[in-house]
Amino acid sequence: MKLSKILLATSAVGVATAGLAYAGGHMATGSFTLVSWGGAYQASQTNAYTNPYSANNPGVEFVWDESSAEAVAKLRAMNEAGNLTWDLVDVVASDALRLCDEGLAMEIDADEMLAPAPDGTSASDDFGDLLVGDCFIPQIVYSTTFGYRTDMVPDGVEPPNDICDVFDLETYPGMRSLESRPINNMEWALLCDGVAKADVYDVLATDEGQEQALAKLDTIRDSVIWWNAGADTPQLLADGEIFIGSTYNGRLFSAIVEQNQPIGMMWDAQVFDLDGWIVPAGLPEDRLARVMDFVNFATDTQRLADQAAYISYGPARLSSAPLVGNHAELGIEMAPHMPTDPNNAKNTFLYNYEFWADYRDDIDAKFQAWLAQ
Amino acid sequence: MAQSLKLTLQRPSLWGFTAPLTAAVSAAFGYIAGTSFGNPLVGIVAGAVIGAVLAALLHPMAEKRMMARLGVIAIFFAAGLFATNLGGGIAAGLVGAVLSWFVFWIDTGDYRKGVPIYYTGGQTLWHNSFVFICGLIFFFLIAPLFPVMWLSFNAQDFFTFTPEMLAFDPEGYSLKHYRDFLTTDEWMQPLKNSLIIAPIATVISVSLGTLAAIGLSQSHVPGRQTIMAVLISPMIVPLIISATGMFFFYAPLGNWLELTLGLNKSFVGYVKVILAHAVLGVPFVIITVTATLVGFDRSLTRAAANMGANPVTTFFRVQMPLILPGVISGGLFAFITSFDEVVVVLFVGSAQQQTLPWQMFTGLREQISPTILAAATILVTISILLLTTVELLRRRSERLRGLSPS
Repeated sequence: MKLSKILLATSAVGVATAGLAYAGGHMATGSFTLVSWGGAYQASQTNAYTNPYSANNPGVEFVWDESSAEAVAKLRAMNEAGNLTWDLVDVVASDALRLCDEGLAMEIDADEMLAPAPDGTSASDDFGDLLVGDCFIPQIVYSTTFGYRTDMVPDGVEPPNDICDVFDLETYPGMRSLESRPINNMEWALLCDGVAKADVYDVLATDEGQEQALAKLDTIRDSVIWWNAGADTPQLLADGEIFIGSTYNGRLFSAIVEQNQPIGMMWDAQVFDLDGWIVPAGLPEDRLARVMDFVNFATDTQRLADQAAYISYGPARLSSAPLVGNHAELGIEMAPHMPTDPNNAKNTFLYNYEFWADYRDDIDAKFQAWLAQ
Repeated sequence: MAQSLKLTLQRPSLWGFTAPLTAAVSAAFGYIAGTSFGNPLVGIVAGAVIGAVLAALLHPMAEKRMMARLGVIAIFFAAGLFATNLGGGIAAGLVGAVLSWFVFWIDTGDYRKGVPIYYTGGQTLWHNSFVFICGLIFFFLIAPLFPVMWLSFNAQDFFTFTPEMLAFDPEGYSLKHYRDFLTTDEWMQPLKNSLIIAPIATVISVSLGTLAAIGLSQSHVPGRQTIMAVLISPMIVPLIISATGMFFFYAPLGNWLELTLGLNKSFVGYVKVILAHAVLGVPFVIITVTATLVGFDRSLTRAAANMGANPVTTFFRVQMPLILPGVISGGLFAFITSFDEVVVVLFVGSAQQQTLPWQMFTGLREQISPTILAAATILVTISILLLTTVELLRRRSERLRGLSPS
C-alpha cells in the first residue's frame, strides 16, 4: 500500500507540475488571436496573410479561434464581461454591420488605415462600394450558389443551368438542399414564380410577397434537406443523398477540384456576399497598434490576390483581380472558378444588406414557422 | 446409437417448425439485401425460399454440425462474392453463419437449453425473445460506434462509404486521417491542451472531492444533505447554464489575475479552464468515494487513534488504502468529464486553451472532415481502456470489502 500511495502522490504532483510548466513555457508574449471560419478558408488566410507576416515579424505568434459563426454573441459576452480576448475577427458583412451598430466593432478610415493600390489609387476607391458600413474591411467576395451531381442528371436532359431548375421536380427529380434561413431562398423562389429580378425586393417587402415566396418553396418542400453549415451540402452531394444543393462556391470548388467528386456548378442567380475583418472596439493601445499593422499588410493588393491561389473566392480589391494566378498546389488557373468571372457572373444578386437588416427578424419568424408546419 | 435416438426424439418437426421459422428469419435478411438492390419484395421471397431450403438441407446433418455450417458459410460467401464484391461476400458469409446457427439451434432443440424442462412453449418463446431483446439493446448501444471507426479509415474526405470501401478494396482505405491528426498543429495543440487541462483538473477534483466525501460521511456534520446537494449540483444543473455562469464568474477573476497580479494571459486562461473543469469533476469523486465509504469500518480509525496515530496518519495509512478504488474510479470519471467536455471550455477558454472536443465541435460544424472520426476512434479507445480499468478496480474493491472486518 505504501508504494502505491507514493506512486500516486508523485505521479499527481508530477503531472501537475509538468502540465503547468508546459503551459507556462508555451505562452508567447506576442500572441495574437485571429478569429475565423476554420477549414480551407482559414488555411488560405494562413498561407496568404499570416505566414508571410510572421516571416517579416518573427516575434508575433498567431492563435486561431474558429468562432466566426458565433462572433456576434461572443463579442457581446466579452464586452459585458470586460474580457476581450480577440484581436481581429473575420465576419460576414451583415454581422459586421450589426457589430458596428452595437459599437462592438471599431470604425475604420479606409484611406488612412489601409494600404493604397500599387498604382496609387486610394484604398476607398480600390474597394469601392464593397466597403459596406463604417467598420468593415472586406477581404473576399464569395457567392452562395448551386452544385449538382453530374451522374444524377436524367438521361437526355441538359444539366441544370437555370435557378428555376431547382424548383422543377419533373425534369430534375431528386432531393435538394437549401439553407435553413429565408435569405436567398425567398429571392430565388420569387424569381422562379414570375417576379422580375428588379422587383424582387419590392415584392418581398409585402406580406403577400412573402406568402408567395413561401408558397413557391412549398412546391419542393418535401424534396428539401435544410442545411445549417457550409459543409453539409458537399457532404450530401458526395453521398448522393441530393441531386442539387446550395452552398458557398469555395466549398463546391474544393469538392470538385480537390476531392474529384462528380459535381457540376450551376452559377445562375448566385448571390454575392462579402467576408472581411472587423477590429473589436476597445482594444488596448499596444494590441491595437499591432492589429492595425497586420491589417494594413493583410489587406493590401498582393495579399488579397495571393489568397485566391488557395481558395476560389474573389479578392475584394479591384487592383487584385489582374494578379490572380494559378492554384498553389494543383496549378490550375483560378480565374474561371471565381464567382466574379464574367462567364459565371451573367446573372447575379448582391446580398441586400439594407433590406435584410430591416426585414430579417420578421421574415425569419415567418420562415421558421413555415418550416415547423 | 442411444445418443442419436435421444436426439431424434427431441427434435421438432422440420416442416411444421424449423423450416417456417428459418424462412421467416431468412426473409428478414432478404428484405435488407433486397432493399440494397432496390427490390425488397423479391428479397423477402428469395430469402424465405432460401431459408426453407437451407432448413431442409441441414436437417439430416445435425451430427456433422461444424462441417455443415462451414459449408453454408463458404457457399454464401462465394455467392456474395460472385454477385457483388469482397464486401458483399463477407456480408453474405456472416448471414450464412447466422442462418446455419439458427437452423441447428431450432432443429436440434437447443433453444430449450436455457430454460427449465417444465417450461411451456409460450414460456420458452418469451425467454428467448427476452434474450433477443437484451441483445438488441446492446446492439443499439454499441452499433453506432462501428461506422465511425470504419469511416475513419476512409481514403476520401467525406463521411461516405465509398464503393471501394464496401468492396474492401485497399484503394478505398487510408490512414491519412490519422496522419492528419497526429502531425498537424490544428489537432496536436488541442490534444496537448486536453492532456494539460484534464489531469490537473482531475488532481484538484480528486483531492477536494475525497475530502468532502470523508467530511460528509461523518454523522455529526450539520446540514449534510444540503451541502451534498450543493456540491453535486454541477452534475444536475444543465451544463449550458453552469457554463454561462462560469463565464461571468471567471472573466473578472481572470482580469484580476492578469492586471493586478500581472500573470500571463495564456497562463490565466489555463487556470480558469482547469478550475471550471475541476468543479465539474468533483461530484463524480464525491459520489464514488461516498459509496466506498459505506463499506468502510469506522472502528478501524478508532483503533488507529487508540494506537496513537494522528488523524492525518490514520487517513493516509488506514482509510486511504481501503477507499483507494473509489477514489481512483472517481478520478477516472473526473478525467473523462474534463477530457470530453466542450460546453464550458467554449465559454471559459480562449483560443489558446482549445481542447480536443472543442476542435472536434468546430471541425464538425465547419468542415466535416474524417479527421474528426480518427480523433473519435482514438478517444473511444482511450475511454474503453479507462473504463476497463475502472471495472477491474471495482472488482478488486469488492474482493477487498469481502475481506474487511465489517
